[in-house]
Amino acid sequence: MSEFDQLYREVILDHYRNPRSHGLLDTPDAQAEGQNPLCGDEVTVSLRFDGDTIREVGFEGRGCAISQAATSMLTEIVQGKTADEVARMPKEELLEEIGIPLTPVRLKCAILGLGVLKVALHKSKGTPLPEEWTSSGDLTIA
Amino acid sequence: MAVTARPKLDAERLRADFPYLEELQNGRPVAFLDSAASTQKPRQVLETMTEFYSHSYANVHRGVYRLAERATEGYEGAREKVAQFLNAPSAREIVFTRNATEALNLVAYAWGLDNLGPGDVVVVTELEHHSNFVPWQYIAGRTGAEFRAIPIDEQGELQFDTLDEIAAAGRVKIVANNLVSNSLGTINPIERLTTWAHGLGAIMVVDAAQAAPHRPLDVQALGCDFVAISGHKMCGPSGAGALWGRAELLEAMSPFNVGGHMIRSVAIEETTWGQLPHKFEAGTAPIVEAVGFGAAIDYLSEIGLDAIAQHEHELTEMTLDRFAELPWIESYGPPADRRAGIVSFNVEGVHPHDVAQILDWEGVAIRGGHHCTQPLMQRLGVVATNRASFYLYTVPEEIERLIQGLHKVKKTLG
Repeated sequence: MSEFDQLYREVILDHYRNPRSHGLLDTPDAQAEGQNPLCGDEVTVSLRFDGDTIREVGFEGRGCAISQAATSMLTEIVQGKTADEVARMPKEELLEEIGIPLTPVRLKCAILGLGVLKVALHKSKGTPLPEEWTSSGDLTIA
Repeated sequence: MAVTARPKLDAERLRADFPYLEELQNGRPVAFLDSAASTQKPRQVLETMTEFYSHSYANVHRGVYRLAERATEGYEGAREKVAQFLNAPSAREIVFTRNATEALNLVAYAWGLDNLGPGDVVVVTELEHHSNFVPWQYIAGRTGAEFRAIPIDEQGELQFDTLDEIAAAGRVKIVANNLVSNSLGTINPIERLTTWAHGLGAIMVVDAAQAAPHRPLDVQALGCDFVAISGHKMCGPSGAGALWGRAELLEAMSPFNVGGHMIRSVAIEETTWGQLPHKFEAGTAPIVEAVGFGAAIDYLSEIGLDAIAQHEHELTEMTLDRFAELPWIESYGPPADRRAGIVSFNVEGVHPHDVAQILDWEGVAIRGGHHCTQPLMQRLGVVATNRASFYLYTVPEEIERLIQGLHKVKKTLG
């Protein structure tokens, strides 16, 4: 596979063109948003819980294919997991799913959605927020 | 009637001066279309710097030994070159800085903190690079002055009919504008804005970082009060830029950075400042970078700034013509005759980062992002744009490769 085919492999293009869980929830239990000022990617994630379990996820955003596709893939990964599980989920788990080599600049695009999701969980469930998300330099998440 | 032919620039021949342009990626050279961010460096500049570090290097303005004097001569010689390049009345009006951003901060702090207060108005434009926007916004905030931005129209040109309303907001003290927009390439009518500023008793600050590499510059003809430039955007090394300011203003200003070299005398009771331009050059200067900056000015002057401007104009016209044939490309900015060699655009439905990434695989280097002009991006209603920018070493074939690459972008993600 050429570098080109790797980066925009079919599964990523599919998530980019047909994002899963797209659109914010009407009455969310938790919501957070974030930007990557470097390239202007924006992601907002909203959640509904069933106890501590994530029952429903909805996201909206605009930005590059990597940032939007990665967030779409993330919504499939976290559905049905507990807040605690997702709070402790290492970014490597998402990157494995994305399955392509990313340069440091593009890595920030890929993990924006995960950071936003962790902040939403932190705000609503008080789950720990690893340092990399509170002071992650280029990403602004609230 | 005799017709004097303008010496035309031979980009193919000049490319041999730039080591990076000879490198191959996947069997061919990269089409480097990001010179507005920073240019490549010719051997003439690199060799001058290596030679200087090897045989003429010591700290300047200090030692009495011959090597130190040679170093001082080199550094001050570079200052003379910058002064001539800008047609400044005197080299003592040239202050070396790290870059144009530092030059603009110098004016914002050293002039602004002492001269601005409530009731005063600081005016910039929606077209500014953050370097000529944020320092003014910040100093206005610190001093309680109003901060206003002259709006632009759909083509990216300043809306002069808003000036009266801005002038009514208070005492206009500073007007800051770039001569050429780094995002859209718009060539701004600085003379007109200077006349307006001076009519109100304000000083006129010009960010010429994006103009100096591409067109002849004459600070006396512009009539403004301060001009900032960056060496790295004009074939010089990173780390050396310059501020030109009117001597009477520079004389009256407090220092910016303080410390070694910029003093006349230091005592526990009181410290007094040195003469221009040293008053504004605290600490060891970027000596060799300044010398390299001087070598870059020699290089550009020999080619001729008129010839560079003409070459870029032809490339810009060609690019805009090609873009006009592609309905899925939206380009921003004024027509070719009122812009420098910069073309900002978007591919319908594709984020600039993806465009730039796909083009990179095709061996075409462009910038995708906000270009340090977020207020402008907001005005255009976009998150970011792609920007292709040209220089003296750009050849038409590279623009063809850009167009081919964009077709591939469209096919993959559009």
